[in-house]
Amino acid sequence: MPQKNLVLIIAREFASLIATPMLVADGDGNLVFFNEPAEDILGRTFSESAEMPASRWGELFTVHDLEGKPLSLEQMPAGIALREGRPVHGPIQITSLEGVRRELEVTAFPLFAHPDEQVGIIAIFWERGRVE
Amino acid sequence: MNIRIWGCRGSLAAPGPKTMRYGGNTSCVEVRAEAGGIVILDAGTGIRELGLTELPQRIHLLLTHFHLDHIEGLGFFAPVWRPETELHVWGPPSPTRSLEARVARYFSPPLFPRHLAELPCRLRFHDVPVEEWELEGLRICAAPVTHPGPTLGYRLRENDRALAYIPDHEPALGAPMEELPGEWISGWELAAEADLLLHDGQFTEEEYPSRIGWGHSSVAHAVSFAARAEARRLLLFHHDPSRTDDQLEELLARARELGDRDVELAYDGAGLAV
Repeated sequence: MPQKNLVLIIAREFASLIATPMLVADGDGNLVFFNEPAEDILGRTFSESAEMPASRWGELFTVHDLEGKPLSLEQMPAGIALREGRPVHGPIQITSLEGVRRELEVTAFPLFAHPDEQVGIIAIFWERGRVE
Repeated sequence: MNIRIWGCRGSLAAPGPKTMRYGGNTSCVEVRAEAGGIVILDAGTGIRELGLTELPQRIHLLLTHFHLDHIEGLGFFAPVWRPETELHVWGPPSPTRSLEARVARYFSPPLFPRHLAELPCRLRFHDVPVEEWELEGLRICAAPVTHPGPTLGYRLRENDRALAYIPDHEPALGAPMEELPGEWISGWELAAEADLLLHDGQFTEEEYPSRIGWGHSSVAHAVSFAARAEARRLLLFHHDPSRTDDQLEELLARARELGDRDVELAYDGAGLAV
């Protein structure tokens, strides 16, 4: 595997140390890390899922808007931050592998190593509660 | 390639009777390619003496970063005061200020009596490229490494031999090196299977907990990093300015206890073939 960009290394370490659910993706959309608090939301540990290309995120979780309409990767805050290189904040519903649906607010923002070099994104989940 | 160490002290020059064996000059390493070209790594106080030797008119200086111990010798490097010298300075890109502006910050009053623009030599500044490039017959890679502010490590290759130079580096910052895959360790690719690794070993294991985040490694981290990268030979570098020769040798003994790799202490004047 090629060396990860230092910004991603620092982002991963930051994520691993905080108690807020967080995932890190690289500039190609590969999910390269999510922390233990995020494991509760996604229903799988990072060591079980390992790195995952964007095309396979759906194997880990599904995302809907608050009306229950499915959101594609491009419509999710993380996907917008990745594709458009801008910060996004908004509410979503996420359903884990175990079938638990939660209502969350997501803050996603791009990681730039240089002004013209986006090396990834961070998405932070703020839990609002389970959807019964 | 042949290398000569002109300075390996970290943070602050430390001349005196207690540092005679390993030297007190701050970071500067000369690398001579077999083809005869020369590349200089960092411009700490050690570069002054290097400047008194016979050097080609075209010189490439690769800076790891702009902490004073890595650039403070530049104004005392004799070739910069000669109009025939063509000095190419390479360093880390910054989103806010050019390389020239960052060097000029040091090279101007009140930190230095003259302005950079007054130097008679021909100066060229280059942000290091993202991809490997060639200088004087050497293939060179630069990559950001964990240290406060934009900081690079370098890998220099000639034929099938590789030198890794990471003098200021804290790969253990929040990162369990023994557990992480190599690609998640800062600097790992630069040092991978290097024939010689010059690496930060500033702190003792006892000192490190009170200096987390300062950007440097304990000797144990240096040994772990070398092992993870499978570097063939480790030269401990960036000696703490307060460390005496005897204390450095205690540190070396500890490094040898911790790992089975060939490990030595860098010292001013050391010449090594890679």
